[in-house]
Amino acid sequence: MKKFLPLLVLLLGLVYLGSTLLPPRTKSDFDLRGFGRLPILVNGRLKPLDTVARNTLLVFQGKQDFTAPDGQPLQPVEWLLDVLFNPTVADSYQHFVIYNPEVVGLFNKQAGTQEYFSFNDLRGGLAELERQERMAEPVDEGVRTPFQRGVVDLYQRLILYQRLKASVNLEDSPDFLAELLKFQQALPAISTAFLAKEAGKPYNNQDYKTLTDFVSRFQYLSDSGYLLAIPPAPGNSDPNAWQKAGDALLATFRQGAINPDVMAYAALGHAWRLKQPKDFNEIVRLYTGQLMKRFAPQLQRCRIETVFNRAQPFYSGMIFYVLAVLLALVSWMKWPDVLQPAAFWVMALAFAASTAGIATRMWLEGRPPVTNLYSSALFVGWVAVALCVILERIYRNAIGTVAGGMIGFGTLLIAHHLSLSGDTMEMMRAVLDSNYWLATHVVVVTMGYGSTYLAGFLAIIYIVRGLFTRSLDKGTADALTRMVYGIVCFATLFSFSGTVLGGIWADQSWGRFWGWDPKENGALIIVLWNAIILHCRWGGMIRQRGLMMLAVFGNVVTSWSYFGTNLLGVGLHSYGFTQGTFTWLVGFAASQVLIIALAAIPLDKWRSFRPAGGKPGLATP
Amino acid sequence: MRAFLKVFVDYFTSLRLTVILLALSLLLVFIATLDQVNLGVWAVQQKYFHSLFVMARIPGTAVAVPVFPGGYFIGGLLLINLIAAHLYRFRLEWRKSGIWLAHAGLILLLLGELFTGLLQREGMMRLDPGTARDYAESTLKTELAVIDTTNPSYDDVVAIPEGALEKLSTLQTPKLPFTLRTLAYYPNSALVMRNQAPNAAPSPADRGFGPQFVALAQPVTYKEDEQNFPTAFVELNGAEGRIGTWLVSTLLTEPQTFTYQGHTWELMLRATRYYQPFSITLLKFSHDVYPGTDIPKNFSSRVRLQTPDGRVDREVLIYMNNPLRYGGFTFYQAGYQNDRTSILQVVRNPSWVIPYVSCSLIALGLVIQFGIHLLGFIRKRAAAAAPA
Repeated sequence: MKKFLPLLVLLLGLVYLGSTLLPPRTKSDFDLRGFGRLPILVNGRLKPLDTVARNTLLVFQGKQDFTAPDGQPLQPVEWLLDVLFNPTVADSYQHFVIYNPEVVGLFNKQAGTQEYFSFNDLRGGLAELERQERMAEPVDEGVRTPFQRGVVDLYQRLILYQRLKASVNLEDSPDFLAELLKFQQALPAISTAFLAKEAGKPYNNQDYKTLTDFVSRFQYLSDSGYLLAIPPAPGNSDPNAWQKAGDALLATFRQGAINPDVMAYAALGHAWRLKQPKDFNEIVRLYTGQLMKRFAPQLQRCRIETVFNRAQPFYSGMIFYVLAVLLALVSWMKWPDVLQPAAFWVMALAFAASTAGIATRMWLEGRPPVTNLYSSALFVGWVAVALCVILERIYRNAIGTVAGGMIGFGTLLIAHHLSLSGDTMEMMRAVLDSNYWLATHVVVVTMGYGSTYLAGFLAIIYIVRGLFTRSLDKGTADALTRMVYGIVCFATLFSFSGTVLGGIWADQSWGRFWGWDPKENGALIIVLWNAIILHCRWGGMIRQRGLMMLAVFGNVVTSWSYFGTNLLGVGLHSYGFTQGTFTWLVGFAASQVLIIALAAIPLDKWRSFRPAGGKPGLATP
Repeated sequence: MRAFLKVFVDYFTSLRLTVILLALSLLLVFIATLDQVNLGVWAVQQKYFHSLFVMARIPGTAVAVPVFPGGYFIGGLLLINLIAAHLYRFRLEWRKSGIWLAHAGLILLLLGELFTGLLQREGMMRLDPGTARDYAESTLKTELAVIDTTNPSYDDVVAIPEGALEKLSTLQTPKLPFTLRTLAYYPNSALVMRNQAPNAAPSPADRGFGPQFVALAQPVTYKEDEQNFPTAFVELNGAEGRIGTWLVSTLLTEPQTFTYQGHTWELMLRATRYYQPFSITLLKFSHDVYPGTDIPKNFSSRVRLQTPDGRVDREVLIYMNNPLRYGGFTFYQAGYQNDRTSILQVVRNPSWVIPYVSCSLIALGLVIQFGIHLLGFIRKRAAAAAPA
């Protein structure tokens, strides 16, 4: 029985993970999956509409789940369909989260009564918001007050909302499909009027006015539209030649006929608004078939991306990491034979889920694992947990599971917060557009970060268990010491190699091996810190406890290099400036210093080493 | 005496000193990184790394005192410590080979950084389409060019570095028929039209553009997006007596011309030029963005590389992460202006290969050293597991 319980846990976990790959149970007559897979180009990347829906919801309200005012939960694509084609309904959706009470006050609402607002809720205060935005926007990002930040942030979200609505539909058109059909009928007449006027001949005034009306309406779509939804003309398979619906419509005058893909979207909107699932599904099928002829690999990628979006492997990973830590912690007090392997398998499942997630992202982007701050957080965690899996296989004492679970969860949580600013698969800016250097320098230096953190967390386990519990016996203490020492060696090698590879990239790209750039210096500081730990150890200046204290400070050093250097806003690596990071950074550093201070309490006060209680005290550490 | 010597040797070969020096260098790098916000990266290098001591002024006075050991000091001591420790404790053992390699690499790395600090030269090359250039311009240093333009087929240039002007001394060289005396030098300045500053003191300059302007000294800036504009007043004296006084400034973009003893001369304070024995002509600069965005995808310059002897004449594409290396110089795509002017960074660093060698040594050493640890650990565990 004892043997089978952990395997049962593993099996259950596998079943759960497998179930996340299945389509959602909520049945709809509409082919939402097919619609969600349709590719569009935005921010330089071809992606499925499902991704647009999810990322926009994250930006608007910080989460992907949305519930309509009638209490009906909506899938992200359903929500997007309403925004694109049914704007009067979408305007009543409360999907704008506002945390700042002063910003809420701009709309004559009482702060505290609600956090989520609809476009209709905000309508009355838009003019005032715009006025405030004009004052706040010129202020430097780093020195904006919380109110100014809130104003700019909300304003940008509202602009995005308005642009999204103008992607493939005219908001004030009662039926955009009917309007386009009318346009098609009028096309011969207005073309005649146009040519006649150009040639200086008499022309029909009414027809000419119809022409200018249409042009100004389409121009609005061209100026405001957010999505490049219209594929290039048949015969052209350039994945970069996508255009906005407005531009495609303006091209009608040159081409003599309305772009059929714009019509397809208009027809989709018509069917969605009038709740005609049969028509809707047929159009999705035909349109997909059309695209399949030219963009088969891209469609395949979109299909995989929607499965990836739905499965949310990093979310499953987070849950499993927490579970693993809890099981492992309990195992130190009760039923270690069952709980330790169970906890290990749960951590292994979480690791498998995030591995699958990272691998999918790599395949979708065609890039090495780390391309921006978001993916670096994922990868730091992945490296640390990978080492923990190895440690746990060697030592089988649940320490690797606790450390891996904590770091895995922490890094996924950080990554989640970083994902709130939009699509995490961004295009690489010119100088970073090099898979070779991303794969070597960035990956290796991130492995250095991950392993330095791991050493720090193992040291925290040593200190907390030794100081507050009786569970740190000599064997465990020695094992932890060997783990920390080994991981510090690993961290030294990888942070050094990663830093050097960065130097080589710099030499190749802009002519100096070392430029004293803040991020370079940060990496150097990690190397120096690890070297200090090793030399102290070799010189006999520290023993077990000293090693642990220094390793914990490694967390502070790494956090400074990882996040702190970006906050300075100078140098080549000043990407990914994140508001509020500073407070978290200081808080984290303070907590680590506190742990070090606790570790400085004389050893005879540590519960594990106290001579009382029958056990002989261990004076060695 | 021997006891004293032993204390001395023990100190310089100790691991304790190593740890102290590592900790000091960590602090130095950290503080210098923070100070980049105020000083910019170049001034920080001079103040913290390329110096024996970090100097700071006592508030309210002009007296500078050392407050922290600088890069050369810490690096130098670390070098002594490393070499001394290895000489003193040298044992030829396999087990130590990793440590040996890593530290030999480190010694080389420190030396390489010293050479780079001393030998590396950087400049910028601003290329408009179609014009050939055979020099780069310093972004930090200026020179006073005294040019004899009498012969229409060539110019005879004497360039005087700003360091010589700063000393406010008299310069005499057999290449010039007159001496140059600097009356005043401002490392950063602004020029105001004299008719807009009616109360200004009379100008020391009586020739060229000088009398029209009032030169105002400005504080030196270290910001990355700002530039210093030096101005000087120079007096020229021939064998027969004074020729005149000129105002020279990088703010004046046109040279000032005068004639002396039948020769036509030009005076110009300009960015220091670094010449190279070949020329570069910009054919086309391109700037690509991702579709539907402003995110830059690539910057590239198609250039023509030519030597005066006609042996080299070819086209080269310089783009992000792909510089041109030729004749000891390296040309990198650094920036652009108006989507047609390309700005290349030009670097000459004869010791560029040292970091590659030294870092390979260190990495190899670490792999060997930690590999030995790991093998020992695995063997121990296997031994512990076997009897059970």
